[in-house]
Amino acid sequence: MIKLRILEEFTKKHESKIKDIKHMLYLFRRSFLSMMGLILVLFVILVAIFAPFLASQHPSFVEVTSERGTKRIEERWSINFEEKLLPPSPKHLFGTDDYGRDIFSMVVYGARTSLKICLLVVVISTIIGVILGGIAGYFGGKIDEVIMRITDIFLSIPGLILALAVASALGRSIEHVMEALIFVWWPPYARIIRGQILSVRENQYVEAARSIGASSWRVLFKHVIPNSFSPLLVQITLDLGAVLLVAAGLSFIGVGATPGTAEWGLMISSGRMHMFHAWWYVTFPGLAIFITVLGFNLLGDGIRDVTDPRLRR
Amino acid sequence: MKTWEYIVRRLLLLIPVLLGVTVITFVVSHVIPADPAMAFAGGPKAQPETIARIRAELHLDKPLIIQYFYYLNDLIHFNLGKSYLENRPVTECISQYFPATFELTIFAMLITVPLGIVGGIISAIKRDKPIDHVTRFIAIVGYSLPIFWLALMLQYLFAYQLPVFPLEGRLPIGVSSPPSFTGLYVLDSLLSGDLVKCGQAIYHLIMPAFTLGFATLALILRMTRSSMLETLGMDYIRTARAKGLPERDVVYKHALRNALIPTVTVVGLQFGALLAGAVLTETIFNWPGMGRFAASAVLALDFNSVMGFTIVVALIYVIANLIVDLLYGILDPRVRLE
Repeated sequence: MIKLRILEEFTKKHESKIKDIKHMLYLFRRSFLSMMGLILVLFVILVAIFAPFLASQHPSFVEVTSERGTKRIEERWSINFEEKLLPPSPKHLFGTDDYGRDIFSMVVYGARTSLKICLLVVVISTIIGVILGGIAGYFGGKIDEVIMRITDIFLSIPGLILALAVASALGRSIEHVMEALIFVWWPPYARIIRGQILSVRENQYVEAARSIGASSWRVLFKHVIPNSFSPLLVQITLDLGAVLLVAAGLSFIGVGATPGTAEWGLMISSGRMHMFHAWWYVTFPGLAIFITVLGFNLLGDGIRDVTDPRLRR
Repeated sequence: MKTWEYIVRRLLLLIPVLLGVTVITFVVSHVIPADPAMAFAGGPKAQPETIARIRAELHLDKPLIIQYFYYLNDLIHFNLGKSYLENRPVTECISQYFPATFELTIFAMLITVPLGIVGGIISAIKRDKPIDHVTRFIAIVGYSLPIFWLALMLQYLFAYQLPVFPLEGRLPIGVSSPPSFTGLYVLDSLLSGDLVKCGQAIYHLIMPAFTLGFATLALILRMTRSSMLETLGMDYIRTARAKGLPERDVVYKHALRNALIPTVTVVGLQFGALLAGAVLTETIFNWPGMGRFAASAVLALDFNSVMGFTIVVALIYVIANLIVDLLYGILDPRVRLE
């Protein structure tokens, strides 16, 4: 009973907001491309979660039969000469690679690697961007000047190149690629948040909150940042795809994932020299990247279309 | 404000930005690596004597702020250090490889900018018609495709399965490069009057330039379409229509000029993206430019070359941005008044 009343009060209090969200959901559902984006993203997430059930073998753990006939799982990847570079077949849907590994399994496990990279990079960059952009926009003055000049300078170097330099300074590994990407990815977030804050804080509700004595931090985190949310969400969704592309590119060049990892960019890189006699080796990991990025981009566009009031009607 | 005043002010603003860029590259090369001397010497397998020599050479044993001034001093004298991969100064390598990259980038622009603008206009005029859906689809595919995968797929389809384009390189194997005036093969062969070679050079450019520019094409399509739609909805367009101007004049004389302003910005900013994309494209098409040089330097742990490349690209990018800003000020006088 009490629960129901709380729920009732909650809906009453946020009536307009709920209505707004319902309307957005309606608009979103009506758009074919947005729904397709959502479906693609959900599909990739499900594949990543259920990778062990979908894949027939683990990318770096192999079942080894010892001399006595017992089977055990070992972490290693050795060349399986009988199964090397086989074309797609019912047993190996996407064929096998030059080590005789099942490419379908590698692609499925690659979804985990890729989503991990994208999510961590974008989330951490957003946190850094929100903090710095929030401080710059809210307090203004000298702090704002300094932070914005720093973002300007970061934005005056192409991201991929700077990330390449940082990653090669750190040495080859996926973690280092993520650090490099975070290093170059936060400035746009700082700018978005700052711009939003500058426009949001002129609103009357912020003035009202301030006049009843709310502290700066409270106004910032309770009123300003939540209302800057939708452009941020759009940017985050679109960036998930962009980060994936850059990370895969870095792995392709050879600063990212170390050999043996199930990572799509790396797979394309090692499949390159077999392209003319084993087309499947480069084709399927690339398709996986394309589908994932396409999903994020369509979803991001969809969210932008429904949250931007200018585009709505 | 007068135009020249604006230009001078913009040029002065360039100085702090360039200093900032050097601070970032300094941090990346001297602070981020666990052991900068080892990074410059070529990684963990370098000889201890080499590491010690480099530590002394680059003053890596001094305080950071002093290291930075040594670093800045080197940069001002165009000293980017020595490339261990090619055993000669990095500046020499980059100036040798730069024209190839420049030629590729310019061709990528030449292919994508007109296509993108025309496509964007058509898409906006025929809003929600089939052709609009097609261009929008191309646009969304364009910035979802991994550029290196697109390159490989094009190679497989159009150089191997259906051999219409050359697989890689700037000229057919066995054909000597034209006498070097500018380093741009198309221009050099024209200047030396060798039309066959010029044709071959263009022929070799098509696939890599298309690959490199595809993402840019997508972006220009989107930008032109949305800014054209926005402009077409403005009051002065309604006025132009109301007074009975033919639709063609309304679109091409009134709307287009204003609608293209954001596109100009995007084109300029894309120059940086193209230079970045060149690292991947050049590697795959075996294009002897800065990008391929940088990619092989990364693999060879030739840190000097990687950092040199980064600085040069940043410099080009900053200058490209400056040119865009200046153009913007000329196209849209309101900008200058700020």
